[in-house]
Amino acid sequence: MAALKDTNRQNKQPADDQPLLEVTDLRTYFFTREGTVKAVDGVSLTVKRGEIRGIVGESGCGKSMTAMSILRLVDKPGKIVSGEILFKGKNLLENSTREMTALRGKQISIIFQEPKSSLNPVLKVGSQLLEVLRIHQGSKRKINRDEAVSLLRDVGIPDPQMRVSNYPHEMSGGMAQRVMIAMGMACEPDLLIADEPTTALDVTIQAQVLDLIRNLRDEYGMAVMLITHNMGIVAEMADIVTVMYAGTAVEEARTDDLFEAPLHPYTQGLIASIPVMGKVKDRLEVIPGMVPSLIDMPPGCRFAPRCVARVKHQLQQCEVEEPHMIEAKPNHYVRCWLYESEES
Amino acid sequence: MTNSENLLEIRDLKVYFEVKGGILKRTVGHVKAVDGVNLSIKRGEILGLVGESGCGKTTVGRALLRLIPATEGTVYFNNQNIFKLKPSELKPLRSQMQLVFQDPYSSLDPRSRVGDIVGEGLRVHGVSNRGERHQRVLEALRMVGLQEHHMRRFPHEFSGGQRQRIGIARALVLNPSFIVCDEPVSALDVSIQSQVLNLLKDLQQTLDLTLLFIAHDMSVVEHLCNRVAVMYLGKIVEVADREELFRNPQHPYTQALMSAIPIADPKIKRQRIILQGDPPSPLNPPPGCRFHTRCQEVIDICSQVIPEQIDLGNQHFCACHRRQPVQEAATS
Repeated sequence: MAALKDTNRQNKQPADDQPLLEVTDLRTYFFTREGTVKAVDGVSLTVKRGEIRGIVGESGCGKSMTAMSILRLVDKPGKIVSGEILFKGKNLLENSTREMTALRGKQISIIFQEPKSSLNPVLKVGSQLLEVLRIHQGSKRKINRDEAVSLLRDVGIPDPQMRVSNYPHEMSGGMAQRVMIAMGMACEPDLLIADEPTTALDVTIQAQVLDLIRNLRDEYGMAVMLITHNMGIVAEMADIVTVMYAGTAVEEARTDDLFEAPLHPYTQGLIASIPVMGKVKDRLEVIPGMVPSLIDMPPGCRFAPRCVARVKHQLQQCEVEEPHMIEAKPNHYVRCWLYESEES
Repeated sequence: MTNSENLLEIRDLKVYFEVKGGILKRTVGHVKAVDGVNLSIKRGEILGLVGESGCGKTTVGRALLRLIPATEGTVYFNNQNIFKLKPSELKPLRSQMQLVFQDPYSSLDPRSRVGDIVGEGLRVHGVSNRGERHQRVLEALRMVGLQEHHMRRFPHEFSGGQRQRIGIARALVLNPSFIVCDEPVSALDVSIQSQVLNLLKDLQQTLDLTLLFIAHDMSVVEHLCNRVAVMYLGKIVEVADREELFRNPQHPYTQALMSAIPIADPKIKRQRIILQGDPPSPLNPPPGCRFHTRCQEVIDICSQVIPEQIDLGNQHFCACHRRQPVQEAATS
C-alpha cells in the first residue's frame, strides 16, 4: 500500500457503471450422506467499485458459503452446481485453477472471523505478509522487510518495526486481525471480502477494526463485501445490504431504506428483535420458531412457517410456490408474496 | 452491618490467580483478575455487569458463588458472610444461588437426558421422592417453555436457544432467589436471543428473582437491567441506575464503550470515540488508574494514584480523577 502508492490507482478504475462483481443465481450444494444441503440456493448480488456491500443473516443462512463460492474455495462434498460469478466481466467459474490462484489475494482478498487461526503460528507475521507479495509479484522480485513494516504501519499497528518479527501468539486478537487486513490489502485488491471480521473481537477493538476498513475503502477505493450477523455493524458500515435467510437472498436495499422501511417480514422481525441502545422497549419482538434445516426445506417460501404476515394476510401461495425477487420500490428488492401479489 | 435492602453485598473482593513458571514451577506472578470490587445487589433487581473479555466479570460471578476461592474480601448473602461458611453450612445456601452458563453446548452433559440434567440439583439437595422430582422438573421446564416429552431427550436434539432454556430450567428447579447469568445470550443468534431475553425478564418478574446479568453487550444490558456496573481490568469503574448511566455516562471508558457499539439505526448519528490500543494485561496492570493508558482525558495524577469511587449523586458512582463528587453541602 504505502509501499505501492506510486502505482497509479486512478488508471485502474474506469469510470463506468459496470459492476465489479456480479453474482447470478449462485447455487452451492453439499452432497452428504444425510441428503443434499442447499447452503446457497439461488443468490444474486452485485458489488460496485468502492462500495461496501453488507450481507447479513443468521448462522447457517449461507452468507459465508456465498463468499467462499466467489473465491471458489468450496471443498468436497460441496460443489457449486449452477450460477455465474462475473468479476470484471469474466466468469470465475470458467477460470482454471491457476487463474484462480493468481486472482486470490491479488484482485479479491478475504479476511476471516478468527484472525488467530487464520495465521500460521510458526511463522513470523512479517514473512507471512511478504509471502503474498512473493506469490503475486514474482519470486525474483526483491522483497525487503521495509515493505512489510510499511504494510503494518498502514493498518495502524503501533511500533511496526518490532511487530514485523512477532509470531502470531505474541499479538492480541485485534492486532492479528490488522495483520490479516494488511495481508489482504498488500496487493491492493479491487474487492475485499470480510467474513465476520470483528465477531471474535471486543467492542472497543471492533470499533477500531471497522474504522480501519472504512478508511482503507475511502483511501484506496476498493469494494468491500462485509458479511456479518450484526445488524448494528451493517447499519453503520454498509452502503447497500442483502439480507439472507436459509440459503437465499430475501431482501436488498440501500442501508437507509432498509432500516427505514424493511419490507420482508423476516427483515422486519430481525430489526424489531434486537435491542437498540437508546431505545428501550418493554419487550422485544420475537420471530417464532427456528430456521429450517437446509436439507429439508419447506416448499414455497422458506420463511413461511415462521411468518406472521402470512397468517395475518391469509396468503395461500406462500407454502406452495417460492416467491421471486421483485423490485417492490425503486432500488428496493424483496422476495415475498405480499408484494408480488400486489403487483399482479 | 449490611443494608437489608441488599440481597448480596460484595466488599473489596480480590481474586488472584497464580502464574507458575520455571522448572520448579514457582509462583512468578499473579493475574489480578478481580482487584478490589465493591458492589451490592438489591433484592428483586437485575444488575448488569458489563466489560470486555478479560476484565474479570465472569470471575466476580464465580467467586461470589464460591465456585472459585477468593483471595481477599467478603460476600454477604442475606446478611451472612458466605466466605466464612463451612462446606456443610454452604450447601443449603447453594440451592438459593444458581448459575446459567454462556455456552449452552458445553454446559449440558451430552450423555444425560434433559430430565436428569434438570433434576440433578434436586437429587443433590435431598429430594429423594421420584414423583416429586418429576413434578418439579416438569414445572421448571414449563416455565421456560418446554414440554413434558422433552424430558426424555438428549441435549443434542435441541437447538441453541432451547438448550439455553434447559440451562435456565436447571437453575430454576431449586427455587433460588438469586441467579448469576453469565453471558446467557451471547452464543445465540439474534432472533433467538430476543426469545431468551424476554423469557429472563418474565421469569424475573413472576418469580421475583434477583439476577446478576454478566454481559459484554451494552444494548442487551440496557434492555434488561435495572442497574449497571461497568468493569475494566479487575475494577468497577462506574455504577448507576440504567437510565442514569445510559443518559449520562461519566467514566471515559463507559463513554467509549457506548460509542463503540454499532447501532442498528443508520439515522442515529453519534460522536465516535475510538480508543487506541488494546487493554493491558491483568498480569501486569498499569499503576494508578488502570484505564489511563487508553484514556483521552488523562492527566498526571492518573498514572500515579488509583482513583477512589466517588458519589456523583443520584446513586451514580464513578472512579475517575477527572470527575467531581456532589457537594457535601447537599447532605448537611
